[in-house]
Amino acid sequence: MAQLPAIIPVSLLLSAFVAFLVGTFSRSLVYPITLLGIVTALVTAVMGLIRVLQDGAQHYYFGGWPPPLGIEYVLDHLSGFMTVLVMFIALLSVIYSRRSFLQEVPEKIVPLYSLVLLMLAGLTGIILTGDLFNLYVFLEIASLAAYAIMAIGNDKAPVAVIRYVIMGTIGACFYLLGVGFIYFATGSLNMGDVARILPGIYGSRLIVVAMTFIVIGMALKMALFPLHIWLPDVYTYSPSAVVALIAPIMTKVGAYVLIRMLVSVFLPNYLTSVLPVTLMIGWLAAVGIVAMSIMAIAQKDFRRMLAYSSVAQICYVALGIGLANPFGLIGALLHILNHAFMKGCLFQISGGIRYRAGLWQIPQFAGLGRHMRWTMGAFTVAAISMVGIPPACGFFSKWYLVLGCIDAGNWVFAVVVVASSLLNAVYFFRVLEKVYMVPSNNDSTVTAASDPPGEMLAPILVLASGIIILGVINAVIVTQILEPIVSLAF
Amino acid sequence: MEAHSSLKPLVAVLVPLLASLLIMLSGKRPNIRELWTVLGSVAMFGIVFSMLPSALGSKYPEIVLFTISPGIALAFRADTAGIIFGLSASALWIVTSIFSIGYMRSLSEEKQTRYYTCFAICLSSAMGIAFAANLLTFVIFYEMLTIATYPLVIHKESPEAIQAGRKYLAYLLTGGLVLIIATALTYKYTGTLDFSPGGFLSGVVEQHNLLPLFVLFLVGLGMKAALIPFHSWLPTAMIAPTPVSALLHAVAVVKAGVFGFVRVIGFVFGPTLFHEIGAGNMLAVMASITIIASSLLAMYQNNLKRRLAYSTVVHLGYILLGVALLSPSAWVGGLVHIANHAAMKITLFFCAGAIYVKTHCENISELDGIGRQMPITMGAFALVSIGLVGMPPLNGFISKWFLGQGTLAAGEGIYLIVLLLSGLLNAGYLFPIVRRAFFAQSSKRTKFAEASILMLAPLVLTALISLFLGLVPDGIFHFYSLAGNVATSVLAGAGR
Repeated sequence: MAQLPAIIPVSLLLSAFVAFLVGTFSRSLVYPITLLGIVTALVTAVMGLIRVLQDGAQHYYFGGWPPPLGIEYVLDHLSGFMTVLVMFIALLSVIYSRRSFLQEVPEKIVPLYSLVLLMLAGLTGIILTGDLFNLYVFLEIASLAAYAIMAIGNDKAPVAVIRYVIMGTIGACFYLLGVGFIYFATGSLNMGDVARILPGIYGSRLIVVAMTFIVIGMALKMALFPLHIWLPDVYTYSPSAVVALIAPIMTKVGAYVLIRMLVSVFLPNYLTSVLPVTLMIGWLAAVGIVAMSIMAIAQKDFRRMLAYSSVAQICYVALGIGLANPFGLIGALLHILNHAFMKGCLFQISGGIRYRAGLWQIPQFAGLGRHMRWTMGAFTVAAISMVGIPPACGFFSKWYLVLGCIDAGNWVFAVVVVASSLLNAVYFFRVLEKVYMVPSNNDSTVTAASDPPGEMLAPILVLASGIIILGVINAVIVTQILEPIVSLAF
Repeated sequence: MEAHSSLKPLVAVLVPLLASLLIMLSGKRPNIRELWTVLGSVAMFGIVFSMLPSALGSKYPEIVLFTISPGIALAFRADTAGIIFGLSASALWIVTSIFSIGYMRSLSEEKQTRYYTCFAICLSSAMGIAFAANLLTFVIFYEMLTIATYPLVIHKESPEAIQAGRKYLAYLLTGGLVLIIATALTYKYTGTLDFSPGGFLSGVVEQHNLLPLFVLFLVGLGMKAALIPFHSWLPTAMIAPTPVSALLHAVAVVKAGVFGFVRVIGFVFGPTLFHEIGAGNMLAVMASITIIASSLLAMYQNNLKRRLAYSTVVHLGYILLGVALLSPSAWVGGLVHIANHAAMKITLFFCAGAIYVKTHCENISELDGIGRQMPITMGAFALVSIGLVGMPPLNGFISKWFLGQGTLAAGEGIYLIVLLLSGLLNAGYLFPIVRRAFFAQSSKRTKFAEASILMLAPLVLTALISLFLGLVPDGIFHFYSLAGNVATSVLAGAGR
């Protein structure tokens, strides 16, 4: 099974084409094919992660060409962790999406599902590749597919996505330029090879510029404050099932690239000694957490509130990266996982409310708690986790981030992490009050609402219970998977 | 200190959690739902009580579950300090359950299933707090308690209730977050969080870091313990149904904060270190200010429950004063007062609840002649008022006696004056209610009309328990021996 690392993106890529071809003849077959492709990739990813846990990193050389000549795929703790996460969320979102798509965009199912598969192929490619340029290729595949599926929304979606296209392309260009500079300086594109060469030429200005460009590029991709301006509109106007798929994983992959650079290419030593780039990321993130949480409080549109909340939460991840110490990085990685579950759950709930009641304005949610019991129960769990109350998983990412802040002696960051929990409490409890306590004014849309159909409710409940389970077993994940990643860097 | 492996502390935490699940599932059948509440409370009390003998013999049941953060496990240990808190909370849950049934049914309140479910979760969290073997486990249950109490505070769902809920969350979530920082800092300094009698900070942490660390703990725990200036959520939270005010806002929640101080001072800092950094004096002064100021504030409250809430703040101050003074008898007085105040204050809240159900009066000015209408209720009220003032033969006298001795043993006579003065002030805000009830004339309250037996029996029982603990301080529950045991283990070698 040496091909494990390659099977994952390739199977997704193949099913993307098969889905499109078959879909032109029979629309009803697209969904099963999509599901099959995703399940295959997920099973392979889980098998891969188990192998990594047993035997350590798996390498695969395309065409048998060893690096630095050929393209290398690496399945290590970091990429194994990310692939399983991305594929698991993808599986739940796709199961969830069928009914939602049928209601919102029934005639566009064939292109939607093939593009979803293509995007997932791109995302897993980004995660698994050990080659800097190959990463760029997959970055473009994933981004172009994502632009397309997000634009299939209501009238405002294409306009919103245009901004994303422009910003995203600029981001990709920055990354490519950075890689170009690295190639100039080192003559290599293989991550492991570059990491070996770099320490000898740490003084080189090319490397400083390359690093800066790559960080800016990824900051755009992951919507790091203040480069987030494309995100709220896109998350608001795209089809709800698409947002439920993209919000938990897309920006996280940008964060993954940053962490990969930190862990496998530049190494933290360089980042802290030559150029205080991590510290800058940390400060931007700290400002972003506060500013975006306040923006979330100001929103009346539920989807927009969640969008701003997403920006604030990705800033948590960035803050953990910015701390550049073991606890900070564990906090960042754990928050990638935890937040994927929380935001996946929340966006699916938002879609569920839209599916059953056609509502997205928070003031109209009054009384929903009575009529959508399970959905709102899941919302309560996710909200409590976002505030960071144990045993929900949100508490533990906060715990590691606070430990990281204290280790770094950075009190401002510690206060920001803690204070933002209170801001989260403000905007989530406001919704909870509305949903449970304000009596419905006998609005027929509310009184007629019920929990969404099982196909949509099941993923919501799986994610909600996952939030609690992840909280309870967080130490297993930290010691088995995250600590080996961190030990690579520090 | 000896520990032996036992499932009991874990079971004590899980039983109410299981009960909450069963309560939720039988929401459509009120009788079965209430049966689960009562069964859960009796079972929990049984388990906690069964751990009493081994705790008295200094053999602590302990269970270490799984790791929750590198180097820190989710672990429970039923040591003597934990038993004091756990026993008083679990014993009073039984009476509160019965009182709740009477209260909620008489008022035919809505959403009773949510009420009983959250109540059980609160008790589970309280047990987790009592038996937590390390600071992180403590923090986890401390935060759970905050959230689980919220639906009870806003039970009425009126705009005022929602407002009170917001205030409650703002205070207690902030406290919890500050506590998390304090915990993380402790972990960074020492690499461990396990409670150990006499503390684990001494010798490993630089002296100048200790006072800031304690200030963080002070804010984090002071919020829940309603220490002035962090107290104002408590009177506001009185909008909750009376059984909630009785058990949670006089026993479980606020005592969790006070109990946190016991843990942090006795089992994290250790008395010697705590005194050296000057934190003892700081806390004692804050507690004294709390005692005097809220006694005065209590006098100005016309709403009965608000007056009782301020009185709670006063008595939490007693406990903190005792703990801060660090002499053995002060500790005994403070710890015994955790149980004694619980039994007394819960009686007064039960009385307030019974009065409300029967007459819908919330204000003291409306209580003229209520003693003629509800003589048993007001008799219990009068009896327990004597105890809260600190006069024999009630249990309040016992705590105050030891606290007083403790101030002298610590060589801080000034605090004795605080205690004596506050006794007078207590009388000043409690006795007028009794006088009004029995001696003021009112034409409409002449007929005997008590609340239902489900409410009357609990309040008579808790009043009698208060009397019993005053006559036999070490009876049945052995609170006195337990407190002495804690004081010896924590203060051994402290030389004060």
